[in-house]
Amino acid sequence: MSHETDASGAVAPADDADADRTRRALAAVWRIESARIVATLTRFVGDVGQAEDLAQEAMLEAMRQWPTEGVPNNPGAWLTAVAKRRAIDGWRRRERLDERYAAMARDLEQQDGEASGQFWDPDTIDDDVLRLVFVACHPVLSREAQIALTLRIVGGLSSEEIARAFLVPVATIQQRIVRAKKTLAAANVPFEVPEPQEYPARLGSVLSVLYLIFNEGYLPASGEQWVRPDVSAEALRLARMVAGLMPREPEAQSLVALMEFHASRFATRVARDGSPIPLDEQERSRWDRAQIERGRAALARADRIGRGRASYGLQAAIAECHAIAPSAEDTDWARIVLLYEALGRIAPSPVVELNRAVAVAMATGPASALRLVDDLERDGKLAGYPALPAVRGELLVRLGRTQEARGELETAARLTGNERERAALLAKAAALPR
Amino acid sequence: MKYMLIMRSTEEAQEAFKDVDFNEVIEAMGRYNESLIKAGVLLAGEGLAGVEEGFVVDFDATPPVVTDGPYAEAKELFNGFWIIEVSSKEEAAEWAKRCPLGPGSKLEVRRINELEDFPQDNEWIQKEAQWREELEGKAR
Repeated sequence: MSHETDASGAVAPADDADADRTRRALAAVWRIESARIVATLTRFVGDVGQAEDLAQEAMLEAMRQWPTEGVPNNPGAWLTAVAKRRAIDGWRRRERLDERYAAMARDLEQQDGEASGQFWDPDTIDDDVLRLVFVACHPVLSREAQIALTLRIVGGLSSEEIARAFLVPVATIQQRIVRAKKTLAAANVPFEVPEPQEYPARLGSVLSVLYLIFNEGYLPASGEQWVRPDVSAEALRLARMVAGLMPREPEAQSLVALMEFHASRFATRVARDGSPIPLDEQERSRWDRAQIERGRAALARADRIGRGRASYGLQAAIAECHAIAPSAEDTDWARIVLLYEALGRIAPSPVVELNRAVAVAMATGPASALRLVDDLERDGKLAGYPALPAVRGELLVRLGRTQEARGELETAARLTGNERERAALLAKAAALPR
Repeated sequence: MKYMLIMRSTEEAQEAFKDVDFNEVIEAMGRYNESLIKAGVLLAGEGLAGVEEGFVVDFDATPPVVTDGPYAEAKELFNGFWIIEVSSKEEAAEWAKRCPLGPGSKLEVRRINELEDFPQDNEWIQKEAQWREELEGKAR
């Protein structure tokens, strides 16, 4: 970008188009680099909240400088350097410039601004980004706070973008993020990857935060849309990022696989009138084949690590069975039954049991499946869950017990919170022969 | 949105490339690919074998004419691609700029059509879906 200078030597103000171009370029850089910038700054200042504030200040500085001076060669390093100088200025103002800070300040001043590479070493940064991921999903934070903070500091999303994704007011998200930062500071959470004894639980927390974000787009809990692919795409990007940072963690690779399989069906999950289309009625030729292949590659990577399949691995394997089957009938239901059995042993849950019953119905017929569903009903853990009477009704239809089936379908219709689903259940009940 | 980064180089650039330490080139590309993977944006990427192993099918004539490479008329050769998933055109540009290529090389960056780019009611789109189903039926 070249600019005329006037007689006084001042740079002429950039026009609106320049400012707009800069804003877009900066947004792109921010999306690519924000996790690395905030991670590097957190290591520097020791506090994730302060690091994020400093990074935001550096962004404002970029908005002032880049339109006239052009986008620097290494914009991430530029932003980090500016933010670090801000931090040092802050320390100086507070007259706390002890020898440690003085040394840092000298180091920084010796580097000629940008891209000296010394504080932009990819390996160190990767480790710092991983620490950032674990801090954002730290157990001292509520689930909601973990989700908001992960999207903000790891994903680089603005409060407005997060609010749009979760259909809540911007102020709510801002509040969550401010509180989350304060909680982390109050708990003095170290900027570290967890110790081996905590590692599995902490990794589980990271992965479930990512999966919850994905499901917000795939199975929205609220709102009018049945799917919101942008939210899921962001979760998938973050999951790929985490899997890239932890190439030896089978569950991280498996989560990517699971998301890829689910996302491959996005285009076919909603009818034109907005109603959901169940798996067996989806138009399989429109499933995204390339995405399914990426899912299979991710699952194969997980398997190659050689530590067996855990919860996400088994769920991904089930999703793979569906993804590669030419039709609902020609699905390897026997294998799905086995996978659900294994999943039920690793992570016992009545919902998994119900899904297993559906697979059993497809593999060996409705009678044996009905016995499983009856056990679940007696057990009472799924009381009030609409899928239980819906599945039971479906099995009774197939067994020709239409009178009982009608009752179950109507119960399911009463229990569901989704209007579209209610209409479909009632229509099915009404269509049964009297 | 998805973008394809299409790598093109002049023959001179490819010749010049041969004088550069091959390991250095591989290493620089490896680092670039890794940065794409760790950012969670890489969907696919391949490098193409030399033109002498390829051929061209030219539809100027009926039936089409098959010509073996290398092709004298081509000034720039297509020799590899990446597919990335990003949130904006600018983000695609930012990634493209980071590719370790030198003078004589270009990256053409093209957005990949998504399903919604096609009219779903179009008779041919519907027919294609049908064909695919039939093909899959046969493959069973």
